[in-house]
Amino acid sequence: MSQISLPDHAGPVETIWHWSYIAICSFVFLFLIAPILVIIPLSFNAEPYFTFTSDMMSLKPEAFSMRWYEDFMNKDIWRASIGNSFFIAFFSTILATVLGTFASLGLSRAEMPYKGLFMGLLISPMIVPVIITAAGIFFFYATVNDYFPLTGTYQGVILAHAVLGTPFVVITVTATLSGFDHSLTRAGAMLGADPTTVFFKIIMPLILPGVISGALFAFVTSFDEVVVVLFVASVEQQTIPRQMWAGIRESISPTILAVATILICISIMLLATVELLRRRSERLRGMSPG
Amino acid sequence: MSELLTTADGRPLKAALAKAERSKRLRAVLLVMPLFIFIFFSFLYPIALMLFRSVENPLIAEHMPLTVAALEKWDGKEVPDEAAFAALAEDLVAARKSREIGKIATRLNFETGGLRSVITGTGRKAERWEPPYKQKFIDERAEWGMLETWATLKRLSPTITTVNYLAAVDRKFDVQGNIVQVDPNYRIYVDLFMRTMWMSIVVTIACLILGFPVSYMLASLPLRQSNMLMILVLLPFWTSLLVRTTSWIVLLQTQGVINDLMVWIGIINESQRIQLIFNAQGTVIAMTQILLPFMVLPLYSVMKTIPPSYLRAAESLGAHRFLAFWRVYVPNTLPGIGAGCLLVFILAIGYYITPALVGGQDGQMISNMIAFHMQKSLNWGLAAALGGILLAGVIILYWVYNKMVGIDRLKMG
Repeated sequence: MSQISLPDHAGPVETIWHWSYIAICSFVFLFLIAPILVIIPLSFNAEPYFTFTSDMMSLKPEAFSMRWYEDFMNKDIWRASIGNSFFIAFFSTILATVLGTFASLGLSRAEMPYKGLFMGLLISPMIVPVIITAAGIFFFYATVNDYFPLTGTYQGVILAHAVLGTPFVVITVTATLSGFDHSLTRAGAMLGADPTTVFFKIIMPLILPGVISGALFAFVTSFDEVVVVLFVASVEQQTIPRQMWAGIRESISPTILAVATILICISIMLLATVELLRRRSERLRGMSPG
Repeated sequence: MSELLTTADGRPLKAALAKAERSKRLRAVLLVMPLFIFIFFSFLYPIALMLFRSVENPLIAEHMPLTVAALEKWDGKEVPDEAAFAALAEDLVAARKSREIGKIATRLNFETGGLRSVITGTGRKAERWEPPYKQKFIDERAEWGMLETWATLKRLSPTITTVNYLAAVDRKFDVQGNIVQVDPNYRIYVDLFMRTMWMSIVVTIACLILGFPVSYMLASLPLRQSNMLMILVLLPFWTSLLVRTTSWIVLLQTQGVINDLMVWIGIINESQRIQLIFNAQGTVIAMTQILLPFMVLPLYSVMKTIPPSYLRAAESLGAHRFLAFWRVYVPNTLPGIGAGCLLVFILAIGYYITPALVGGQDGQMISNMIAFHMQKSLNWGLAAALGGILLAGVIILYWVYNKMVGIDRLKMG
């Protein structure tokens, strides 16, 4: 099965090729992961540098410290931006997930007219360069502010982030529904359940892993978004990415590395959740042996 | 004669079926509608609004109506007569009163550099002038005796204009109304579009070269091992863009980890530290790492479906291992290569954050210029025109992607 193991009869050319192939792949994996991992030890640097000091290399305990984490926790602006980021991401995720899930249920029905066109339009916020989206939303908010304040408000940022998050929900939920056995809903209906009961008792439990994955994608999209925030938010809606953006552009301090490390830990947890859900969903639907 | 088939309550079966299907279709549409309406109002309409900004130009027509009317018949061959100057004087005085003169001056200045002070300066003086105006205007600022100034005013008179799109491709109208290239010193946008394309192509090719062997390894390893290695691809995908951009700054800057490592090994000495970031090459390196998962995932999912027996068959028919790989395996991966390359290219061409943070002077892309005109120069018309061109390119690529791959097959993780 495994094509990359070397057969016993391999000649020298094949042996060299085989090991260089392994080396190339290892290099690419290193290229992918090293930039993320290198941040973690540097965030414990006792000195305000972005590089490993010789004391750190010789693993002296006094070369490491939690000072950048303390700095992060003690600064009001950072604390406020954590709160804002979670608040905005939470509500935009709910909006994106509810709208996206219902739309996916409609899009997965065979009777849906102009399916390709609708799908294309609903996915497009993911494809259109975010600077264009941000500029458009900036102009749009300026025209409606008199009736409903959106520029420099939480609802403005939440709505814009929900737009950016919905494509992910639509993609993951339609993917889950593509393996969905529609005779189950008919069976439920035949046994006397009304559509609401069928939805909550049969459809929802089966597509839940897809919905949660989509919701997590939408959450991360909002949690990591900076361009729209730069265009339509005010100082009051300062988020972590915007604070990092300002930090990198103006005065880069190792506090940013501490924040980055915390964000990496959040990513790891989210990734683990999504992977578990994906495997569970595949097992439920009998799609993979793993 | 065939009996008409009916339902139990006596309706024709055909009609009953049509009705049932109609209601099913309606139910599907009703499920999609809330999101569609949401996306329409907070995404499609705003973008249409932005595109409209690139052609609308109400300012001059609205606030300098007399001048616009006076210039209607002007042929652009010589400086207009006294009537036009009188109209100009009246318009400027009125604009100063309504405090719109600053906007007018800025708008004209985008078009022809230096006109801002001409407008505001003469606007201030014109209040105290008596007719005849012509000589007073020209004595005050020689620009009023130049054809170009008047041509600029006339060009901006219509409420719908193409000047922003022309400016976005380094073109303008000359005094006679012909489309000409702008001065070589001001030709920046075509080069910037070219550089954006070029950088995106380099990133796409780099992703393909790096992604192909890795995807092949992931596809050919047993599931348990490939799932482990897959985490190395997915973790960067889930990690904040800003975090990854920060890491590249930490790694590549002159006092950074890579340079330290090279000094320590002895490849370079302390005085030869290399500038790896805050330029185009740093942007390309960082973007390649950030976009690589978008290449690996589609490649992997295509490679996963290619039966290993194809390769074995080719080898048993006498093909050398490399030949079999090249002639049998690689052609089978073409759908994945196409999908991955298109996706990476589409995402790369509109990239903003990474070039803005690590691009320095020569690593800026078109999105950065749009942001500059949106936030700094406030030339929104030009920003919208640049965005319109970028959007047109992305839509074409998206359409190709949809035809070739199908958006419903877009996968994440």
